[in-house]
Amino acid sequence: MKDYVKVSINDKEVTVPREYTILNAAVEAGVKIPTLCHLDLHDMKMVNRTASCRVCMVEVKDRPNLAPACATPVNDGMIIRTDTMRAITARRMSVELLLSNHPTDCLICPRNRRCELQALAQELSIREISYSGQMNEFHIDSSSQAVVKHQNKCILCRRCETACNEVQTCGILSALNRGFETIVGPAFNLPMVETSCTYCGQCVAVCPTAALTEVNHVPKVWEALRDPERYVVVQTAPAIRVAIGELFGMEPGTIVTGKLAAALRRLGFNQVFDTDFGADVTIIEEAKEFIHRIENGGKLPMLTSCCPAWVSFIEHQFPDLVDVPSTCKSPHIMTGTIIKTYFAEKNNIDPSKITVVSIMPCVAKKAEAARTELSIDEHDNVDIVITTRELGDMLKEAGIDFDKLPDEDYDHPLGESTGASVIFGTTGGVIEAAIRTVYEWMTEKELEDVEFHDLRGFKGIREAVVPINGEDIRIGIAHGLGNARHLLEEIRSGKSHYHAIEIMACPGGCIGGGGQPYHWGNEEVVKKRQQAIYQEDRNKKVRKSHENTEVLKMYENYLGEPYGELAHKLLHTKFEAKERI
Amino acid sequence: MLEPLILQEENNQEKKLPNEKYEKLQKYIDELPVKEGTLIQVLHKAQEIFGYLPRDVQLYVARALGVTGAKVYGVVSFYNYFNDKPRGEYLINVCTGTACFVKGCGAILEAISEKLNIASGETTEDGKFTLNGVRCIGACGLAPIIIVDDKVFGRVKVEEIDKILSSY
Repeated sequence: MKDYVKVSINDKEVTVPREYTILNAAVEAGVKIPTLCHLDLHDMKMVNRTASCRVCMVEVKDRPNLAPACATPVNDGMIIRTDTMRAITARRMSVELLLSNHPTDCLICPRNRRCELQALAQELSIREISYSGQMNEFHIDSSSQAVVKHQNKCILCRRCETACNEVQTCGILSALNRGFETIVGPAFNLPMVETSCTYCGQCVAVCPTAALTEVNHVPKVWEALRDPERYVVVQTAPAIRVAIGELFGMEPGTIVTGKLAAALRRLGFNQVFDTDFGADVTIIEEAKEFIHRIENGGKLPMLTSCCPAWVSFIEHQFPDLVDVPSTCKSPHIMTGTIIKTYFAEKNNIDPSKITVVSIMPCVAKKAEAARTELSIDEHDNVDIVITTRELGDMLKEAGIDFDKLPDEDYDHPLGESTGASVIFGTTGGVIEAAIRTVYEWMTEKELEDVEFHDLRGFKGIREAVVPINGEDIRIGIAHGLGNARHLLEEIRSGKSHYHAIEIMACPGGCIGGGGQPYHWGNEEVVKKRQQAIYQEDRNKKVRKSHENTEVLKMYENYLGEPYGELAHKLLHTKFEAKERI
Repeated sequence: MLEPLILQEENNQEKKLPNEKYEKLQKYIDELPVKEGTLIQVLHKAQEIFGYLPRDVQLYVARALGVTGAKVYGVVSFYNYFNDKPRGEYLINVCTGTACFVKGCGAILEAISEKLNIASGETTEDGKFTLNGVRCIGACGLAPIIIVDDKVFGRVKVEEIDKILSSY
């Protein structure tokens, strides 16, 4: 039985579980206590309770000092006031002190109007900063293709550190130095590009200010679009269509596939293609590879390889296991390759004139696109990657009234997609899509129900058994790199009993990616995107990758055998063991 | 013993460190009853063995204890006691505690710094002196104080700095 205590907050009595903090109890009492460093993403196992910002200070009767509400447990009979002059003054002082060592270039800051510190200063009606003094002047780390670290904008809330160490277990970021010189950074404060950072972007997703942001590639896209010599092709990942509406005031989970295609056409792209096409190709290749491994005693379990942060994680943290993932390139890289080979050839376009832009929910895809081993014939398969947020910025700048746009279709042939490829956007989706194909190919029977509900959900590690031809195919799923680490340690110790494992680096999968609209600490947003993804799958007439007619046509007319020679050359890659720093 | 990781050239100013020292450190780690929570203790030992804590040694400790390199560096950069650069032949500690501060340790530190052309925490080019401002050493009656290795100089005046330094 749960243990409850009674507390009074601003004269309102509430009965709450004993393990509650004052902040939790205040929510029950309907009292709002401002917070900044605090972040509680329960289902993602991310709770940041460093109490470093001192913004949530409240008065507790018979306690001489003010108490930080986010980190102070309740006890029976506690009398709390959040509205005394002393508490209000302390809160203002904390924010003013933070602002006294914070750049005031809000107008041109990438987080302008979406910064939690700015919002808090507004909420507390701060109109002047009573403190002046030394200000930190650290250099900006823009060494990587994916993440920019702007230390001067850091308020030392340590959310990034919690995400990096506890959720993702990458261990790249730590508090360094002491006192006024304190910063958050990697070992030896190395440039990010020299570390083992996976660029999953979960630090970016939780950063309250612009201390951590994605590298802005929007100017490169404008440049390509304005160049009459360039043939600019865009592709969108599955998770964009269920999230970008949020940037235009729509409810989380609104499906805007048609408007997205229309918006991209308005921006002036020559072709609007879908990464889903590449996802269907991925499934064909991955399913063949899986069946090949099963039938020929190959390495099992086979791990999915769609997620570049995950690929980077295994290269750095489990270098002895780099032969475990599927050799498939990720869907957007496959689509990029197909655009610059099959599509270019078919339409008689010089591939060196084509610029491929990927719209991704992801920060790591930026670094992935820069990996030279993925290039074919000297040119990159994907030239520019921008995130969902960056596309939102572009559309606003272009004056496109997103919610008034008509629904339009993607262009053919690389706009053709199936329900299987749509669900790539959520945890469990890639493996479900693969199973739909593997099942039919191995049994030569039609699946009656394509939905595998055992594979779905939000639990960090899930498993399911799918009987195929009398054999139990055991599937494991992990999202969040900390969960992935558990499954990898099982493989390393020889205890893994799975045939196939799907891993996505971000909690929730791509729908919770580091490049998605900010969830503002509300994980329900990510769950609604997941429901929308499954709805979009149900809306599709064709729900199995191997029934995508345009994909089949491409194999017939160009690639030849799936998992064959040309497919290998164009669509597969290899991974390398790397150092861990 | 773990294979010491050698950082890529651009990150690494240090030469390869002798294996015997790594072996000595590993032996110390192996003899610990539990590894958890021993980071500071192991870093103390490592500094005693190597004289300072080069990056390769910090990463070695990280691996040996199963913690991240960032965490190790976080601890090394937090505590004044740990040095990640080689120490000079003589260590000059200038007390910057409250009493020494009141008695003008600022000017003393500045004078030494100017004379040797190094900032606090740095080592002279010839490797002779390392200069450190340290927290209160608990001999406030003698303020301001400097300590060169084990020798204490009390009630130091700026004019005496030259003489003290030239005796080494």
